[in-house]
Amino acid sequence: MKTIENQGELWEVFIQSKAGQPFKHVGSIHAFDKNMAIENARDTYTRRGEAHGMWVVKSQEIVSVSMSEAAYFFEDMKEKIYRHPTFYNLPEGVTHM
Amino acid sequence: MNTAYINLFLQLADNSLILAHRLSENCSKGPFLEEDLAITNVALDHIGLAENLLNHIANQHTPIQTGDDLAFKRKESDYRNCLLVEQPNIDFAHIIVRQFFIDAFNFYYYSALTRSKDQFLSDLSYKSIKEITYHLRRISEWMVRLGNGTEESKRRLGSAFENLWKFTPELFEITPTDEWAFQEGIAPNLKAVQSDWLEKIREILYMSNLKFPQNTKAIHGGKMGIHTEYLGYILCEMQYLTNKYPDAIW
Repeated sequence: MKTIENQGELWEVFIQSKAGQPFKHVGSIHAFDKNMAIENARDTYTRRGEAHGMWVVKSQEIVSVSMSEAAYFFEDMKEKIYRHPTFYNLPEGVTHM
Repeated sequence: MNTAYINLFLQLADNSLILAHRLSENCSKGPFLEEDLAITNVALDHIGLAENLLNHIANQHTPIQTGDDLAFKRKESDYRNCLLVEQPNIDFAHIIVRQFFIDAFNFYYYSALTRSKDQFLSDLSYKSIKEITYHLRRISEWMVRLGNGTEESKRRLGSAFENLWKFTPELFEITPTDEWAFQEGIAPNLKAVQSDWLEKIREILYMSNLKFPQNTKAIHGGKMGIHTEYLGYILCEMQYLTNKYPDAIW
């Protein structure tokens, strides 16, 4: 069977492993429409019970920071230790901070 | 253990086994990577289903055999799959249409099989119906997509439908095995499965801009062990390893 040149648009796949957990980016897939995208993502990334929830979004719809912008966009914070809330004494038993 | 019980299992298992082999022939040859993975996943699901069924009757078979023996060491006329699943991968449209007919059949058959008086079959269908439901959803979308696609995709879909339609009545052919299993409450009424199946076919045909085929020709035989010329070639390849190395293990 001939491989086609046009493999559809690129979509990014996000998977939630458990209810309440954040969705994490796992990779990308090609597809021609929404249904095909969600099914290709399912068949590529969730066959081993990894997923509880899944989002698929067209790569071109994602707004991102370019590599050249990154230097000034994500300003170095090493000199500004006052921005890090590390001076608090946490009560015992608090784990997710 | 009676012959009809074993034959019922062989009919179901061989449908999945031979179809899985046909699909696996396409592995690495799909039109694009994701579709290649998807259709191969479907093949794996069918191998899993066949394995469950064959393992269950293997130790009740005479002489006693393993599931692998039943899969790989029978001769052509002992396979009970319907002729549809052994038809070749002529083009992508043929793969899709063949799969659509069988996925729709499996959906209604296994849905009804969840009510089987046979505990094993009932449990197995409960477990399998989730993946079968997904197969039908995925394949129905391909039918609609090809039917609403380019001039070429419409032509190929229509031609695959015409070519394969004559093999569909066999799915609902009531063999002595099916009759016995229905009377015992083990397997569903194939007439009822057929009417649900036809309704689904009409729905998807409508959405795919295809006309209901006028051709009423029907080709039977597979369920009784009389196959088309293709099964011999499939078995030749499928059984090559076990014939050459009879003691090979996984």
